[in-house]
Amino acid sequence: MIEVFNLTKRYAGRTAVDDISFTVARGEIVGLLGPNGAGKSTTMRVLSGFMPATSGTVRVAGFDVFHDSEETRRRIGYMPENNPLHPEMRVREYLKFRARLKGLGWKKSRARVTTVMEQCGLAEVGRRVIGQLSKGYKQRVGLADALVHDPELIILDEPTIGLDPQQIRSVRALIKSLAGRHTVLISTHILPEVEMMCGRVLIMFDGRVLASDTPENLQRRMAGGSQVIAEIAAPLEALRAAWENLPAVAQFDVAPGEGEFFRCALTPRDGHDLRPQIFNLVQTNGWSLRELTRSRHSLEDIYMQVTKPTTEEVE
Amino acid sequence: MSIFFTLLRRELSSFFFSLTGYVIVAAVTLLTGLSFVVLVQTLQTDPSPMPVTEMFYLSFYFWLILLLVSPVITMRLFALEKASGTFETLMTTAVGDLQVVLAKFTAAVVFYLIAWLPLLACLFIIQHYARQNGALDPGTLYGMYLGIFLTGCLFLSLGGFASALTRNQMTAATISFAGGVGLFSLAYLARNATDAGGWQAQVLACFNLFDQMHDFARGVVDTRAVIFYASTTFLFLFLTLRVVESRRWK
Repeated sequence: MIEVFNLTKRYAGRTAVDDISFTVARGEIVGLLGPNGAGKSTTMRVLSGFMPATSGTVRVAGFDVFHDSEETRRRIGYMPENNPLHPEMRVREYLKFRARLKGLGWKKSRARVTTVMEQCGLAEVGRRVIGQLSKGYKQRVGLADALVHDPELIILDEPTIGLDPQQIRSVRALIKSLAGRHTVLISTHILPEVEMMCGRVLIMFDGRVLASDTPENLQRRMAGGSQVIAEIAAPLEALRAAWENLPAVAQFDVAPGEGEFFRCALTPRDGHDLRPQIFNLVQTNGWSLRELTRSRHSLEDIYMQVTKPTTEEVE
Repeated sequence: MSIFFTLLRRELSSFFFSLTGYVIVAAVTLLTGLSFVVLVQTLQTDPSPMPVTEMFYLSFYFWLILLLVSPVITMRLFALEKASGTFETLMTTAVGDLQVVLAKFTAAVVFYLIAWLPLLACLFIIQHYARQNGALDPGTLYGMYLGIFLTGCLFLSLGGFASALTRNQMTAATISFAGGVGLFSLAYLARNATDAGGWQAQVLACFNLFDQMHDFARGVVDTRAVIFYASTTFLFLFLTLRVVESRRWK
């Protein structure tokens, strides 16, 4: 659905997007994840046809966004950052106006507006003035606008920014419901959001795509290095010897804990799960075990790890 | 075409949704009303053989309205949309750049003509009380409104261009006001220029807005003036279009 090859975008001497390539298949929900200024919005603006790339090709549904701009724009529903709306218009009137601009006929636009208003939970505020709506409703108006011409590709730039948890939940549910029928590209800097909604994550930093995988795969990739923490009451020397004799342990660190317990941080070799072995060891030696946990890397760790070296370079 | 009308409708209605729209109409009505009072007072003391439209033109209110009102009408056209971000949502729909420029310009012209309607009422009142057919005949009336329309097109296209250049409405208004004053000064120069001859003088003569408008107000339609206004309007519309397109090659 989206094919980006060697996309570069420079603004007056500053490179916002630096030679990125990625593809998105039909029906996928893909999250663009990265800190502010990573080039997410710029990528989306190029995709939506608002501005051209400095170099590289971008295709949406097989059409070049620059050369077949109108064809691609008809297929894209785009909600920019901060969701700009006309505050003086009424919800229904605004959506109808937008539907007409997107080339829908008079009858068709009426029908579609009714459909998306129901889909986005706007049915009861249709006659309200947009400027007087709550932020959550405004966001839904923006979403309804992106959906109104039933586009193949929906691009949402930070759709949940500035909403309260309740509103975030409803917006997320709405976006999730679009999977399969539409292809969705979302940008965000909130990690749990991508974990919840997206089938695939593209991590962007400093104008480049650093990683692209499913949230689960990214976690698995990191799990190899994940530590096991065990709190065990045992003689210190016996503990040290036990870890040294366990072939699956690559590294260990023993620190005194509360009372007679020692806190051991163990790094496994080759992604082994050390927990059953530790349990057996404790049992055979008659020690007591108080805690046994494997620190599961969240996307947050992955994100920090992927973006960290570059941050230092910049500094 | 239907997209053009959708845009035009929205642009026009936004004038009436904003306070600015009503302030503009009120200001124009006040100024035409003032000129009406002045006109009636002069007519009371010394009757004149001139058509009413010409008398109205000779009071300076006409230029005051043009200079002050056109920047206010046009300042929001592009600048407001750029500032609020709706320019981005607008340009990522199926609309073309030309459609947007033309729709915004047309809306400004239509609104400008609506703002001038109270003048019509004033003119009819005078004619009614003067009880002379010569005071206001259809020819001079059409001429006057054609002149108002054409000068309006020029000033509004200039204002639209200024608005496309910036995202700040006040800057847009200032640029178009400065441009308007520039045109006005050229016109002043042109009128007072001695017949030096040469091409410079001929070019300058084209900018003689005062005499051109004076002709319109007398019901004289000079093709040269019509062509001058039409071509300068096209020039500014073309420049506006280029500025709107410029995001594609910046």
